Amino acid sequence: MTYKVTFDPAKCQGYANCIIEAPELFDFDEDENVAILLEAHPDESLREHAKAAERGCPAHAIGVEDEE
Amino acid sequence: MKNVVVVGASLAGVSAIEGLRERGYDGALTLIGAEPELPYDRPPLSKEVLCQHTGASNLELHQRDWYADRRVVLRLGVAATALDTDARTVTLADGGSVDYDGLVIATGSIARPFSAPGSAPPPLTLRTRLDARRLDERLEAGQQLVVVGAGFIGLEVAASARSRGLEVTVIDLADEPLSRVFGAEVGAWFRRLHERHGVDVRCGTSLTASNVDGGRTRVEFGHTSVLADHVVAGVGATPAIDWLAGSGLRIGDGIECAADLSTSVPGVVAAGDVVSWPNELFGERMRIEHWTNAIEQGRHAAGTLLGDHEPFRTVPYFWTDQYSAKARFVGRATASDDVHVERADDGRLVALYGSRGVLRGAICVGAARELAKQRKAIAERTAWRDAVHAGAAPV
Repeated sequence: MTYKVTFDPAKCQGYANCIIEAPELFDFDEDENVAILLEAHPDESLREHAKAAERGCPAHAIGVEDEE
Repeated sequence: MKNVVVVGASLAGVSAIEGLRERGYDGALTLIGAEPELPYDRPPLSKEVLCQHTGASNLELHQRDWYADRRVVLRLGVAATALDTDARTVTLADGGSVDYDGLVIATGSIARPFSAPGSAPPPLTLRTRLDARRLDERLEAGQQLVVVGAGFIGLEVAASARSRGLEVTVIDLADEPLSRVFGAEVGAWFRRLHERHGVDVRCGTSLTASNVDGGRTRVEFGHTSVLADHVVAGVGATPAIDWLAGSGLRIGDGIECAADLSTSVPGVVAAGDVVSWPNELFGERMRIEHWTNAIEQGRHAAGTLLGDHEPFRTVPYFWTDQYSAKARFVGRATASDDVHVERADDGRLVALYGSRGVLRGAICVGAARELAKQRKAIAERTAWRDAVHAGAAPV
């Protein structure tokens, strides 16, 4: 089963924990103080990093969902 | 194991529940909490709740159906008062008791009480949702607030109250705000931040008396005094472990756990603010009162209870929001031998902390990418010399 990473920039408050937990999946715009999702359909090997980014987002702006 | 009890309806406790069910634990699961409400998120209490006047609503970590889906029996509004590790029972404030064969302790912290001589009632503290509601209801533009303690909570309350148009005075014994954690130079950056926003920051002084004065409170410090409508104390937190007296658990600065978060008693693990454990990544025993740590320790303790026994190794992550300044911190700053302030202008701050020749912490304001870079460098135990040199190089 593959998975999808979702990110809602409107909810993002610039905590930057996502680029710590999953630097492969997120970057950061320091002028706008908002994270940037780089990869919505990452490799299976990065699933744990994606889940850690989801859990660690204090603003609940990140989701990880299974896909068929 | 077929009867797990989690004491502490906290972020750590809820994360332990999540971890237990994700790992396939299928037995009974009970969550005990002192507060009557569903477990909620605390960071907004000193920030959004006070700034935006939201009434501390919508802070629940999960709705009731989340617990039902995981077959969690909720025992909320009833504190645990004692633990018998021989009989494996938790005694409750209502006189009842709950048996367990596996126990997760996640009772968190309480605000350290503060009192000053004089006729005024003790200052308000801010720890629970009820505390936040009470404070939110009382604050009105134009009033005078005195905050005792220039720590994270004190400064966040000061910033929130200022944004609502109150006059704010902050008092602290140390020479600069946050200096016990971050050192004088970074502390001064936070003082200037608050002074730019019109807060009267009085450091190196202590509150000597607090007396009722015509419906308000006359707060005396140094050679001066302020007539306050409200006084809030933010002088730190202590682990909520009084109820464990006589339990046989090894207690020091918190519950003394092993590297895997197991306690000194079989079948009992702990998570969150109450835990003191050896963090192998830093080679030292730590107790951490941070949000992310509560999540990760809760999940980790669940694994240990089910027999994993992996060491919990982490680079702590922490944030504080004051006005538009979003300060993010990784690692450890306390007890550092070396501090290197790379930049400290109005909008940005980057400072590194080292001990025994190794980089161990970094605080960044307005520099998220730098934060991620330093987090990695700390995990790799980068030499202090190299960390400072790398930071000084042009980007």
